[in-house]
Amino acid sequence: MESFTNAIQAVPLNHYILLSAIIFTIGVVGVLLRRNAIIIFMSVELMLNAVNLLLTAFSVYRGDAAGQVFVFFIMALAAAEVAIGLAIIVMIYRNTNSLDINVLNRLKW
Amino acid sequence: MSTFYFIAFLSIFFAILVITARNPVHSILYLVLTFFTFTVHYILLNAQFLAVVNFIVYMGAILVLFLYTLMLMNLNKDNEPMKSNIVKIAAVFGGGCLLVTIVASLKTMAISQPVVLQNPELGLVKNLGKILFNEFLLPFEVSSLLLLSAMVGAVLLATKDKQPKTQPDGKLY
Repeated sequence: MESFTNAIQAVPLNHYILLSAIIFTIGVVGVLLRRNAIIIFMSVELMLNAVNLLLTAFSVYRGDAAGQVFVFFIMALAAAEVAIGLAIIVMIYRNTNSLDINVLNRLKW
Repeated sequence: MSTFYFIAFLSIFFAILVITARNPVHSILYLVLTFFTFTVHYILLNAQFLAVVNFIVYMGAILVLFLYTLMLMNLNKDNEPMKSNIVKIAAVFGGGCLLVTIVASLKTMAISQPVVLQNPELGLVKNLGKILFNEFLLPFEVSSLLLLSAMVGAVLLATKDKQPKTQPDGKLY
């Protein structure tokens, strides 16, 4: 573990921000690009994880453990969100027999 | 130092594969690999508690839930109609604009100090537990309520509603 701790000594903070920005952008593009509701949902998870990584990096950078506690809360929230979201997707699939979000463009009917 | 760049490359590579794979099952498996690289990032930052939680909660629970849902729907054939080319180009262009904006705003703050771990005990369970149960006790308890309500909501939503429908002769069946 000591060698790992030494391994991060030289990574600039900007590179962590850059990595998180790229992963977040990939998530945004995934939401815009795909029509399958489950894959859109997975792209949202990707965005959540990018933010988690950035919060952890800032927490280590500032030496403040509150950031990591916050990441823990985000993970609990993500678990709840996934349970509800997948239940909604299952209901949509039962009603329309597909996962294509373009079927749902009229909301009411 | 080069470990970080290698793992970062793998993260980006698998994340791109997640959104480009045609088959949803492959997409979920690539997402598992992406989350595994995130776990390695947490270990590199010496956030051991978060690494374990990420491993168990994300890779163990959430993605298995995704796989089960996909299995229930029996959609593992790649027949998804893709969007038209112009929409694809617009999506990538919009995402690129977002990335350019973030990177440009990053360039204005020129300072880039290396991430140095001052306190090696920062991400360990002992330290985080002390903070979680002192300063963040109320949010911790509230999050348990959130999980309970999410569980009840998921069960309510996903069960088939067997409402008693009235027959033409007015009797319930």
